[in-house]
Amino acid sequence: MSTARADILDSIRRSLGREGLDAATEAGLRQRLTAHRRQIGLARTEKDHAELVTLFEDMATALAATVAHIPNSAALPGAVATYLAEQNLPAHLVVAPALQNIPWAERPTLTVRFGKAVNEDLVSVTPVIGAVAETGTLVLTSGPDSPTSLNFLPDTHIVMVNRSQITGRYEDVWDKIRDQGALPRTVNMISGPSRTGDIEQTIQLGAHGPRRLHILILDEA
Amino acid sequence: MHATSHAFVANSKNSLNDATLRKALGNMRGGFVNKRAATIAKVPEWEALRDTGRAIKDHTLAHLDFYLEAYEAKVTASGGVVHWARTAEEARQIVLGICRTVDAKTVTKGKSMIAEEIGLNDFLEQKGITPIETDLGEYIIQLRQEPPSHIIAPAIHLTAEQVAETFRKSHTHLVPDRPLGEHRQLVEEARTELRAKYFAADVGITGANFLIAETGTSVIVTNEGNGDLTQLLPKVHIAIASLEKIVPTLEDATTLLRLLARSATGQEFSAYTTFSTGPRRAEDPDGPEQYHVVLLDNGRSGMLGSEFQDMLRCIRCSACMNHCPVYSAVGGHAYGWVYPGPMGAVLTPTLIGVDEAGHLPNASTFCGKCEQVCPMKIPLPKMMRHWRERQAEAKLSPKAMRWGIGAWAFMATRPRLYRLFTRAVAFGLSLAARKKGRFTSLPLAGGWTRVRDMPAPQGQTFQALYAKRRSR
Repeated sequence: MSTARADILDSIRRSLGREGLDAATEAGLRQRLTAHRRQIGLARTEKDHAELVTLFEDMATALAATVAHIPNSAALPGAVATYLAEQNLPAHLVVAPALQNIPWAERPTLTVRFGKAVNEDLVSVTPVIGAVAETGTLVLTSGPDSPTSLNFLPDTHIVMVNRSQITGRYEDVWDKIRDQGALPRTVNMISGPSRTGDIEQTIQLGAHGPRRLHILILDEA
Repeated sequence: MHATSHAFVANSKNSLNDATLRKALGNMRGGFVNKRAATIAKVPEWEALRDTGRAIKDHTLAHLDFYLEAYEAKVTASGGVVHWARTAEEARQIVLGICRTVDAKTVTKGKSMIAEEIGLNDFLEQKGITPIETDLGEYIIQLRQEPPSHIIAPAIHLTAEQVAETFRKSHTHLVPDRPLGEHRQLVEEARTELRAKYFAADVGITGANFLIAETGTSVIVTNEGNGDLTQLLPKVHIAIASLEKIVPTLEDATTLLRLLARSATGQEFSAYTTFSTGPRRAEDPDGPEQYHVVLLDNGRSGMLGSEFQDMLRCIRCSACMNHCPVYSAVGGHAYGWVYPGPMGAVLTPTLIGVDEAGHLPNASTFCGKCEQVCPMKIPLPKMMRHWRERQAEAKLSPKAMRWGIGAWAFMATRPRLYRLFTRAVAFGLSLAARKKGRFTSLPLAGGWTRVRDMPAPQGQTFQALYAKRRSR
């Protein structure tokens, strides 16, 4: 068994000029770890909900995502079909199991499979756990209902956001995730489609992940 | 990676004569620098955010032992394994050991400066494991067998033409005269080449921008999505990180994330910020079966409590090098090791020794721009001065320089002598240059006069003028 761990911790304490922490300090630090105290945020998020929705849309659009509104989840298959037709994309979907109860069959032009994505999948549809107006950022969590591969493998990622899920700050989503228990394996914050500036600092979309990110906001949800 | 930091002066001369490099580096101002300025202008809270970020890191460093142990306990509880590595060699052996347990043939890699620091790619290749870089910039320089020249834009020293040439040479299974004149075509080709590799790899290695003690989480920040595919598709995910990457809570990480992308690329937020906790859960349909974190010290614990402790606040945004007049002129390769620019000038001597990297803290005009743009308010110029002091103490700096500074110090601590001497020299020089008002050559100033004239002093000395002004 290597003594690396003990050596490193010893070296840290020696450099800091102290032994281990006293009980009171340690209790204070434990308290800090569980208090979830928020620090300074951006004033741009101190708005009422309608304005936050607008801010979210503006920020997401500035990141080259596209945004459309639908009244409710029953309108989702139609909105997806319309978007794919407009973009001249195939109507074959891999959909997060969380969205199994959507009436997909009412759109026979769409072929739908539920589950994780494979390399051949070109279009995915997923829900989110939150959407952050601050920077137009979507937050998705991994799990059987929402496999992470859906967020990265397909060329086109379509995301369903309930209007009520849009909040100001990232911290709002942390609270929501904590309410559900321990962190899932993966929390993805997604801001616009995949991009790179690695060649001459010229931005190109679709480096390794999705080339298109389409956000559908459900206004009645 | 073999260090050539001792040859900084020669490296710089080569860089300055490289017209293609000059063209590539010329993109920086219009890119990172202007974009950062425009984005920060939209955040009136910027200064307060910087102060908060600095306080978080200072607090964490003061209790680093506690937070590392808390972090490890959480990783273990979520089914992951933390491996502690005192040195680069230990870190390499740990990674190799993990790869061997799954009989790994190929390893995909997200961008990681720690992997560069420990020379992981060369090592894995020697052991018969093929590492494949998946970040576009890293992929390009791996094909060219070059080190990165920038910590977030590793191929910033290359033009699109050079990238096209590299792809033609490397992707020999493709039609040789295919069109590669547009950036779009280059990105597409790399995407197609790399897609299959993600699925074939046995192990995915990423770095970590932050490690979160509260939850045992590693965080990566990328734009391409390559890091996510790297850690999602193989059976094993290894995150390698130096120990100062730790922060206490999700809220702390969030504050630092507000600073990171804006300082780095000038984006409000990077495209993908991903929080990974443990391996895939029992009911998860995808994700790695094993999750390992390699925690690297490599001399950092010794920086605590020293005059270089503040350097451990660094979040590797690259703002310091993007704004550095020296970096902008010579590029990253001249610095001769993994970390270039002002942060490299401070960090490199601590990691590979001041005798090897002593030139780097001298490669500064002390304009102070690096400290001004640093989101963590790291006093980089002050720390470069500390290195210069240590060099002088260890008699590592050139003799003439130490003698000159010694002579200046002797005068400067004797104000009357100093005034008398400077007045005499100024008068003497103005007399000697009476006709032209400048010198084309001057003893002890050949380095200056070889390429330009030295103006002769005119009128009174500064001290005399200042005294006169005050008496008015």
